[in-house]
Amino acid sequence: MARLTIETVTKDFGSFKALDRVSLDAADGEFIAVLGPSGCGKTTLLRLIAGFDEVASGTIRIGETVVSSPAGHVATELRRVGIVFQNYALWPHMTVAENVGYSLRVAGVATAERNRRVEEALMLVDLGGFGDRRPANLSGGQRQRVALARCLVAAPSLVLLDEPLANLDVHLRAAMEDEFAAFHRRTGNTMIYITHDQAEAMALADRIAVMDHGRLLQLATPSELFREPANAMVASFIGHGMVLPLTDILPEGDGRARARLFGRELTLRCARDQRAARQGDLCVRAGDLTLAGADGDGLACRVTRVVYRGGLFRLEAVVEAEGGPTLSLDVPEPTSVAVGDAVTIAVKPGRGWAIPTAGGRDAS
Amino acid sequence: MNLVANTSGRRQDRALFAALCVVVALLSLMPLARLLLEAFAPGGVPSLKAFFATLGSANTWTATRNSLETAIGGTAIAVILGSVVALVVALTDMRGRNAFVLCFVLPLMIAPQVTALAWLQVVGPASPLLKLLGLAPPIGTRNPLYSREGIILLLGIQYAPLVFLTLRAGLRSLPRELIEAARAAGASRAFILRTVILPLMTPGLVAGTALAFVSSIGNFGIPAFLGIPGRYVVLPTLIYQRLSGLGPSVLSEVAVLSMLIGVIAMAGIILQDVMVRRRDFRITTTSIAARPFTLGRWRLPVEAGLWAVALIVLVLPMAGLFLTSLVPAYGVPLNATTATLNNYTFVLLEHAAAKRAFANSFSLSASAAVVIMLVSVPLGYFLVWRRSPLLRALNVLVELPYALPGVVLAIAAILIFLKPLPILGVSLYGTVWIILFAYLARFLVLGLRPAISGYHQVDRALEEAAQVAGAGLVYRLRTVIFPLVAPAATAGALLVFLTAFNELTVSALLWSSGSETLGVIVFSFEQGGDSNYAAAVAVLTVLVTLALMLTTLALSKRIPPGVLPWRD
Ligand SMILES: Nc1ncnc2c1ncn2[C@@H]1O[C@H](COP(=O)(O)OP(=O)(O)O)[C@@H](O)[C@H]1O
Ligand SMILES: [Mg+2]
Repeated sequence: MARLTIETVTKDFGSFKALDRVSLDAADGEFIAVLGPSGCGKTTLLRLIAGFDEVASGTIRIGETVVSSPAGHVATELRRVGIVFQNYALWPHMTVAENVGYSLRVAGVATAERNRRVEEALMLVDLGGFGDRRPANLSGGQRQRVALARCLVAAPSLVLLDEPLANLDVHLRAAMEDEFAAFHRRTGNTMIYITHDQAEAMALADRIAVMDHGRLLQLATPSELFREPANAMVASFIGHGMVLPLTDILPEGDGRARARLFGRELTLRCARDQRAARQGDLCVRAGDLTLAGADGDGLACRVTRVVYRGGLFRLEAVVEAEGGPTLSLDVPEPTSVAVGDAVTIAVKPGRGWAIPTAGGRDAS
Repeated sequence: MNLVANTSGRRQDRALFAALCVVVALLSLMPLARLLLEAFAPGGVPSLKAFFATLGSANTWTATRNSLETAIGGTAIAVILGSVVALVVALTDMRGRNAFVLCFVLPLMIAPQVTALAWLQVVGPASPLLKLLGLAPPIGTRNPLYSREGIILLLGIQYAPLVFLTLRAGLRSLPRELIEAARAAGASRAFILRTVILPLMTPGLVAGTALAFVSSIGNFGIPAFLGIPGRYVVLPTLIYQRLSGLGPSVLSEVAVLSMLIGVIAMAGIILQDVMVRRRDFRITTTSIAARPFTLGRWRLPVEAGLWAVALIVLVLPMAGLFLTSLVPAYGVPLNATTATLNNYTFVLLEHAAAKRAFANSFSLSASAAVVIMLVSVPLGYFLVWRRSPLLRALNVLVELPYALPGVVLAIAAILIFLKPLPILGVSLYGTVWIILFAYLARFLVLGLRPAISGYHQVDRALEEAAQVAGAGLVYRLRTVIFPLVAPAATAGALLVFLTAFNELTVSALLWSSGSETLGVIVFSFEQGGDSNYAAAVAVLTVLVTLALMLTTLALSKRIPPGVLPWRD
């Protein structure tokens, strides 16, 4: 077990920057999810950590050892990382036990000891007695668990998982999610878990690293990510956040502020070091919005879409102002609101979040 | 901050990589370089005398003209026969496809000299088949195959399967929507064939044509059996005659001659490239292969026609060969009382050189197959998974010794090994080792191609998982990579074995007493007038070939599609 430190790592494929100055660190025993849309560079990052590819600049350390830097590169074989591949990568010509025991065989562990540890690892993933089977005769979930046992048996310093649930059906996913959480609790391993599924990342990780276009956007706990996104991209990516323009932001101390949204005053949350700013961005989600009565204080909107979501309706409404954005909010059943209606929408007091825009922290 | 740990894994990588580069350079680059050197600097002294003397000789040009005539004629027959059969097999609902493909492709796996011998036995005055039918011409009549037309006919039959195979590969990837769209537009079958199928098949057809041409121009077995008695000399037989008549003193001359063959062969390959490149033939969609044409009431006649072809190209010559191997002596009519297995016991048990030839051919082919498999697996690894640019360049070189006619490589091998090896001081010339070297160089690509397609089928994550487990490159190769590509690599090794086992072109120039191969033995029996012994040896080689091919069919589920030519 060891901590992982990634410092300003860059990776190019020809002229394409797959990773751009990514920094990330995982404490010993921490479960980090790397979250981002497909093609954002997650697998590339994982392959750099594993040592399959070399960095263009920056350093990667496992424990105290520099394993990747432009000056040198420790071969994968010597890194003592465990990987669970997206398609499991079980060797079809070996039995389950041979698959699991491979790294022990490489290390020259005596047969008796090897068998004992293989069986132990298989018990840990609930596959005791499956050692003689071939991977081809296992179900998807069982293969996944063999892959887990295989990476666990070598007592790796670091476990890397590349979208391990992407190939499983929905039911199995939920079960395997629990499995991963239990696996992490039992082994206390440092884990880097790659996924494009927010719910998965939120459910499993201590902290989530959000990536886009080869950059790290934010590294934070799930609730921080949801409640206090660091920038507009994270705000809109996580939980379908709406990003709206704010003016006249006035912090009131203690992480609270007042500001104006399309001229209407509202109270909201902000960073503790938020300074007064003339302009900024607001992040709200459907649950932060509510329909105000006809005379209530709020934004005049026109309903463009009503979708039944079982017990409630998701409304989409355009703000009736210059270039007005589309808002969405949920109203409980029954409701008389229909497409074309004029409604007033208010942000619940203290629910919005002032996104700390670059430079926005300094009053200007 | 600790220092970056040292990387023993990479040293292993580099050592293996360097070793592979050396092997490829020795097998591919060195022979061609040595040949060029000899042509322009005989004995190491730059001189164009041999070059101009050879090119100025009338013999050279007669042989060149003959080579071109037979190669072009043979290619024409191969293209017509091969493409008609390919179209019928791939596009119609004929029955018994697998069995037919096996029969039609089999002549490709039978050595050319055996094909030649078999046909000579079928139509000659001593033909047991014609005698059985009472149709044999009187003894002493000249065999009609001892002629230019005979050579052309047999070259055509020998290489029709090549055209068939390349064309069928293309027909298989033809998306059926393209044909269905034409049908929806109301086109008749003939119209679709002309306007859609054949234009899209052009690359396959051109490639098959080039392949048949290059193989015909380099063929030695057929013109050796049919041309030498008929005094019809082509370039490979001219080289053979010069070398066996005058020995190594004519090396510069034959080096120039073999380069001439090489140039003609390359011209064929380049022409193909130019023709295909002029237009864009890429097919963008992939879907289920097309098989829309029902033959209806023509089905039976078409099937009968195809099986008649199989009868003529396979059954007839093989029957002739087999009957000849049972005849006690030249010209004796064959019947139940005269038929004998004495020819077999003679070549297997009594004739010393023939017995040696069986041992030599088996061990040479098996060694070549094993060595090539051991080289191909790591070589394929660096080519496909590591994409090493240096090796990719060398990969083109690996193709050359096989693309060029066999005599070219044989002459190069003589040039390299005529003098004792530096440092060691031993000479390989006149031993089996020179033949082994030539086999390795010439057939490496036959083993490499299947290995490469094997790598394309295996997910690289399987190797990376082993890397994560701490296994070094050599260990990974042994425990993970090799088992995964083993089926493909084994198929490659089998192809190498079969090709080497049936080979004559290279060993005809490199053999000496003690290092005879089966091809050489068949050739010298036939030249000495002992057709019955030649036929017995030939039948045995065909049986071995057939047995191995059938074995692979049993294993074919684990071998990537397209690797074994005789599998539909
Ligand atoms: N070996 C490579 N050569 C060139 N481009 C690559 C290579 N590997 C990945 N890329 C590119 O880098 C980007 C990030 O890829 P990847 O890390 O696989 O994304 P993902 O986040 O979906 O795992 C993609 O645009 C991909 O096309
Ligand atoms: Mg990925």
